Amino acid sequence: MATITPDKTLDASGLNCPLPVLKTKKALEELQSGQVLEIITTDPGAKADIPAFCNRTGHQLLEVVEEGNKIIFYVRKK
Amino acid sequence: MSEKLAIIVTKGTLDMAYPPLILASTAASLGVETAIFFTFYGLNIIHKQKMHQLKITPIGNPAMPITFPPSMQNSITDVISSVLPGLPQIMGIIPGMTDLMTYMMKKTIKEHGVADIPELLEACKEADVKLIPCQMTMELFGYKYEDLIDGLEPPAGAATFFNYVLDSEKPMIVFV
Repeated sequence: MATITPDKTLDASGLNCPLPVLKTKKALEELQSGQVLEIITTDPGAKADIPAFCNRTGHQLLEVVEEGNKIIFYVRKK
Repeated sequence: MSEKLAIIVTKGTLDMAYPPLILASTAASLGVETAIFFTFYGLNIIHKQKMHQLKITPIGNPAMPITFPPSMQNSITDVISSVLPGLPQIMGIIPGMTDLMTYMMKKTIKEHGVADIPELLEACKEADVKLIPCQMTMELFGYKYEDLIDGLEPPAGAATFFNYVLDSEKPMIVFV
């Protein structure tokens, strides 16, 4: 279990490339700087794509948790 | 550093509509200024009616597997898939085969949670991707600006396109 308490959760389960990234970007727009977004995805491609998105946009990837077929990301808005 | 991506889309089949829309919406989400230039059959992707009728054909596409949507898979389809990795080219000319393959592909796409073309176009618009129809091919095919979806840039020619993309430190052009 993650120890981070998110300010918002985005459930992108069942969605595939590029939707998890696009929805993450949109969800982050609704947050204030410093707040944390939790992203739940089942897309194996997201495992590399969400970190790439963070690397490119400057948002901070705090933690990645894998639970069964779910990959859960915690991203702090820059 | 200013980065600009321009994708040139010339094909109007279902399979060729996906990569440019996925790349464009993603690039824009990563903060790259992005435009798609729709020319020749690529215009169909942004045509109000034709965008819903994009097809995929096995003819001339020997790499295309026979795609069964997960909900249709059973022991019979497993046998078909193992015996026939792809549809024999000659069978592609059977009337209705293109429609059948298109139906199966669309169903597979839906069941896999992959977005459809209108959804991806909306995603592009939301991410501020500039969608530019080619003036010359619109006239060639008799497409009016009103025939195309809302939210497009004004129709433009090759010079306008290059002027747009080269006006940056890092221009990138992808041809589809």
